[in-house]
Amino acid sequence: MNWSPILISLKTASVSMVITFFLGIYAAKLVAGMKSDKVRIFIDGILTLPLVLPPTVVGFFILLVFGVKRPVGRFLLEFLGVKIVFSWTATVLAAVIISFPLMYRSARGALEQVDKNLIMAGRTLGMSERKIFWRVMMPLALPGIASGGVLAFARALGEFGATAMVAGNIANKTRTLPLAVYAEVAAGNMEASYGYVAVVVFISFIVLSLMNYFTIKGSKYTDKDASK
Amino acid sequence: MSLEVKIKKRYKDFSLDVSLETKGEYLGILGASGSGKSLTLKCIAGVETPDEGKIVLKGRVLFDSENNINIKPQSRNIGYMFQNYALFPNMTAEENIGVGLKLAKKEKKKRVKELLSLFRLEDMGHKYPAQLSGGQQQRVALARIIAYEPDVLLLDEPFSALDSKLKSELHTEFLDMLNLYKGEVIIVTHSKEEVYRISENLALIENGTITGFGKTKEIFEHPKSLSEAKMIGCKNISPCEILSDNRILCKDWGLVLETEGIPINCKYAGIPSENFEIVNEPGINTIECKLVNVIEEINGYLIVFKNNKRNENSILYFNINKETWNKKKSQNPLYLKIKDFYLLI
Repeated sequence: MNWSPILISLKTASVSMVITFFLGIYAAKLVAGMKSDKVRIFIDGILTLPLVLPPTVVGFFILLVFGVKRPVGRFLLEFLGVKIVFSWTATVLAAVIISFPLMYRSARGALEQVDKNLIMAGRTLGMSERKIFWRVMMPLALPGIASGGVLAFARALGEFGATAMVAGNIANKTRTLPLAVYAEVAAGNMEASYGYVAVVVFISFIVLSLMNYFTIKGSKYTDKDASK
Repeated sequence: MSLEVKIKKRYKDFSLDVSLETKGEYLGILGASGSGKSLTLKCIAGVETPDEGKIVLKGRVLFDSENNINIKPQSRNIGYMFQNYALFPNMTAEENIGVGLKLAKKEKKKRVKELLSLFRLEDMGHKYPAQLSGGQQQRVALARIIAYEPDVLLLDEPFSALDSKLKSELHTEFLDMLNLYKGEVIIVTHSKEEVYRISENLALIENGTITGFGKTKEIFEHPKSLSEAKMIGCKNISPCEILSDNRILCKDWGLVLETEGIPINCKYAGIPSENFEIVNEPGINTIECKLVNVIEEINGYLIVFKNNKRNENSILYFNINKETWNKKKSQNPLYLKIKDFYLLI
């Protein structure tokens, strides 16, 4: 078995998880704090879209923006010498955009579930909004946020459609696990894909177990015995 | 006149229109749930913003819609104790108390320690709120607010999160602790007993407006309006008509009452259910009663009756102790003399 798809996949999923994690929390905080319902619904819709669109359509949009003949892609290529499409960066870009809604929605749900009275209490006690966010909201929302991060990692690991569109299927460069499975089966080598499938199933299962762990841990502050 | 509040806030199906003034004493705000009590406190503390109005605390304008002033809650210096105490569950008692203090680390530690012992929480410093009893949580919440030395203390239903068995015990203890605070206190509650025990002044709130204001004792002893009488729990209230200088007719009961000093705009009469007395013969302010029901309660009987002389259907309630009732219940007909009643507008 060629180990390169496994390494590429893990690398892609890890890097994209870190990026999605912070982007997602930031977006969640921004949207949760919006005053106008209409604006919030609109922005929320746009941010969640990659979750429901076919990944190929998302890939299509990425190509529209980052293609070498498109303004952004051209700017990056000509001024910074960076070519995004069909590079490893493209696998990360695709994974970030596809897994972002999962992180964003988990984080938003978790932040919005924090008791409003606690936030108000913080304000009357003279705590700054920043302090309230870091000392009260984040710790209480952490289980939800963590499980969102794990979910985003799993989704990034399984990303196929958008990656194929923008990063292609270049062996040892952009060929991730799902692409490797596809390539082997397409070439008629069922046996060769067994190993990849096993790795994907194994990692995904571990991830789901981790999520459950975070959920159970989430009751830490409300359960009398668990915190002793 | 240290706190002046005059605010309005509208919602789809509720509107708040409250004006209040405090004079440096404890003020109780009594009202049913959903009457706007908590919302009023939240507006004062600045965690909710009124649509219009003005809030002035010790000469400092906190909110003024006309001049676009809205001081943020962080700078209002108002202590607000939330209904469920709103302790941060992820922080220990110690951390909860110290979290709003803007002191150097060492001083902060010292101050927190002082407060812990002041509120008899010495051994509780390292415990999380979920590990504390209701009473301890209440004390941590109070300590946390007092640590901050607020100009006014707002208490939102301080006892509602405790079970009733503990309540009376904790009342006294809480009042002791509250005395550690030398400023002004506003306490919001739906409990008559709490407000009567704790506050000298009383404001009644109903559907978002203040319907009564005065000394607590005076309101409880002699309510002056229909809503005041209802709020203190007067069970017998009837619309009335002035017959002459000293006589009124209570329409629901078909009963004529004689008394001095009837206000010209008197519209209702109220009789507290304890204010009847069994007498032997008819006379002024006396009803010949027709029993409807006798309900046995813990400390006595609740007698439900009508005026036997009239066909009106409205019933009256009379609370009597068991001994007296057992002695006199065989009397027939039963005459009840009204000892004292309220004339309401």
